[in-house]
Amino acid sequence: MRQISYAAAGMEAFIEEMERDPTTFHLSTDAPPPLVERFGTSRVRGTPIAEGALTGMAIGAAGSGFRPIIDWRMVTFSFVAMDQVVNQASKIHYMFGGQTKFPILYRCTVGGGLRMAAQHSQSPYSMFMNLAGLKMILPSTPYDTKGLLKTAIRDNNPVISFESTRLLTMMGEVPEEEYTIPFGVADIKREGKDVTIVALAWLVHEALAAAETLEAEGISVEVVDPRTLVPMDTETIRASVRKTGRLVVADEAGPTCGASAEIATLVTEDSATFKCLKASVRRVCALQVPIPYSPTLEDVVFPNREKIAAAVRVVMTEA
Amino acid sequence: MLRLMQTIRRFEERASTDYVAGDIYGTVHCYIGEEAVAVGVCSALNRDDQIISTHRGHGHCIAKGADLNRMMAELYGRETGYCKGKGGSMHIADFDIGMLGANGIVAGGISIITGAGLAAQIEGKGRVAVSFFGDGASCAGPFHESLNIAAAWKLPMVYVCENNLWAVNTAASTTLAVQDVAARAAGYGIPGIVVDGNDIFAVHAATTEAVARARAGDGPTLIECKTYRHRRHTERPSQPDVRPQAEIDAWMKKDPIDRLVDHLQAQQGQLSVEEWQAMDAEILQQVEDSVSFAKASAFPSPDRVTDDVFAA
Ligand SMILES: Cc1ncc(C[n+]2csc(CCOP(=O)(O)OP(=O)(O)O)c2C)c(N)n1
Repeated sequence: MRQISYAAAGMEAFIEEMERDPTTFHLSTDAPPPLVERFGTSRVRGTPIAEGALTGMAIGAAGSGFRPIIDWRMVTFSFVAMDQVVNQASKIHYMFGGQTKFPILYRCTVGGGLRMAAQHSQSPYSMFMNLAGLKMILPSTPYDTKGLLKTAIRDNNPVISFESTRLLTMMGEVPEEEYTIPFGVADIKREGKDVTIVALAWLVHEALAAAETLEAEGISVEVVDPRTLVPMDTETIRASVRKTGRLVVADEAGPTCGASAEIATLVTEDSATFKCLKASVRRVCALQVPIPYSPTLEDVVFPNREKIAAAVRVVMTEA
Repeated sequence: MLRLMQTIRRFEERASTDYVAGDIYGTVHCYIGEEAVAVGVCSALNRDDQIISTHRGHGHCIAKGADLNRMMAELYGRETGYCKGKGGSMHIADFDIGMLGANGIVAGGISIITGAGLAAQIEGKGRVAVSFFGDGASCAGPFHESLNIAAAWKLPMVYVCENNLWAVNTAASTTLAVQDVAARAAGYGIPGIVVDGNDIFAVHAATTEAVARARAGDGPTLIECKTYRHRRHTERPSQPDVRPQAEIDAWMKKDPIDRLVDHLQAQQGQLSVEEWQAMDAEILQQVEDSVSFAKASAFPSPDRVTDDVFAA
C-alpha cells in the first residue's frame, strides 16, 4: 500500500471532505496553500491573528448551516479563545435545548520534544475533556488521522482534533480508497497477554518499541490506542485489562487530572475489571512542570520507551 | 545608537548560524532590518522604564541593555542564561533592566505591559511602560482591550507597533481594513503616529514626545513604525517565505543601519570608514565572546527541572 505522512493524511482528509461538502470552509492564520489552490480564497481564508473571534465565528456559521474547520495551528493558540470554547461551543447545543446543530472542527497540534519551551509544548487535552459537549480525537498514525478527521468533519458536534507535532512527518500506510474511522472505537495496535499499555498519540509508538524489548524478556504486551478521547472506548480498554490483569497508561501530558487519570479510573472503578487486576495501575506521564527549553531539562520531562518498559517491569513483579 | 543596532544585527547573524548548526534549539526569529525601532524607542527611555517584547525579541533585549553573554547562554540552553535555560530564544527577560520578557503568544504581552503601566501610575514616580508588538498582534483582542483601558485611565504607556507588513506569510494588507495601524488610535481617543521605522531619528523623536506625554499624565500614544524584516519568519531552513522578491529588494535598500552609517559619514568627522570598521570588529568580538561564554557554561542539571514551578 502507498505510504504518506501523518500531516499529508490530514490534508487529504480536508481535501476529500471539502470536495464532498460545499458547506465546509477553512479558517486559519496561515492558509494552507494546497487548500487555497483547490477551493479558492472564499472557502479557505488566511485570517487576522484573532483566534477568539475565529472560534466564535465558527459557532455562528455552524448554527447557520455550515461546517467550519478552524485550524488553531498549535493548541497554544486555542487558549486565547477559551471563552468561545468553554462558555459557548461546548454548551450551546445543550443549553438551547438541542434546537440546532453546531458541526465544527477545531484542529491543533499538541506535544513537546522540539525544544520549543513552555508555551509551545503543551498537551492539554484533558482540560477540554473536562468539559461536556466536545468530542476529541488524538490520532497516532497517518491512517487514523485521515479516517478520524473525515469522521470529525461529518460529525454534528464541535470536535477538537489534537495532532501530535512529533508525528507530523511520520510515514504510514493509507489506502487510496475512501474510508472513515468511527469515534469511540479503540485500536489494539499490538496483541499481548501479560500487560495492557494504553498509550496516547506519540506514545503509542514508544509503547510498541517497549513491547518489542519486553518480548525479548518474555513479557507479552498488549498496546491499546483509544484514538478518540471523547467518546472513550471504555469497553475495549476494560476487556484488555480483564485479559492481562495489568495496566500501564502512557501519556505525553502531565498526570494531574490527565487523560491517564481518567483511563486508570475507568478501569479501577469497574468491579469486574478491578477483580482481574494483579498489580496496581501505573502511569507514565510527563513531569508536572511547564516544559523547559534546554535539552538536558526537556529530556527528563517526557515519558519514553525506557520509562514505559520500566513501569511494565514493576507491574510484572508486583505481588 | 549605531553600536546597539549593529550589535543586534551581529548577534542575530550569529544566532542564526549557530541555530542552523544545531547549537541553538527550537526556533529563532530574527529582528534584522527592524533595529532602528528597538534602538530608537529604548534610547528615549530610562533604565527603570519598562518594556515588553514579542517572539522576535532579541533586538528589544539588546536595545534595553541586556547582557549579550547571558542572552547567548540562554539561546544555548545553558544554566548561565537569563532564564537558566528554561526559556530559549522566544522567552528572554531581564527584570533588572525593565525588560519584562519576550513572548511566544502574539499580543500576549500587550496586556501585561499595560499592567506595568498601571503600576507605574499608582506608584506615581513618573515611570512609563512601552509595548512592542507587530501588525499581526494589532488585530488581536489584547491590543484593543488594552488600548481602551490605557486611554480611559490615561496610563503612562507607549504602544509601538512594528509594522513589517507580514504576519508569517499573511500580508497585513489582507487582514487590516485600514492602511495604517496608527489610524486605530482615533477609536480610543489617543494620538496615533506613523513614522518611518527604518529612520532611527524619526523613531527616537516620536518616542521622546510620546514618553513626555505619558510622564506628564496625558496618557498613551500609539506609534506605528513602518519597517520590514529582512529574513524569513523564522530561521528554520524549511520556513516558507511568500513575500515578493521585488518587495524584499526594495526594503533591503532602506536598511536602517546603512542609512544611519551613510548619514553619519556624510557629516564631516562624525564617523570615518576606519571608525566604523573598528566598531564592527569590536561588536563581532563581543558576540564571539558571548558564544565562548555560552559554550563554557554548563547545561542545567536535570535535577533542576522542577525548580521555579512555584516561587518560594
Ligand atoms: C495567539 C497566537 N496565534 C498565532 C501565533 C503563531 N504566530 C507566531 S508569530 C505570528 C505572526 C506575528 O505577526 P506580527 O505580530 O506582525 O509579528 P512579526 O512576526 O511580523 O514580527 C504568528 C501567527 C502565536 N504565536 N500566537
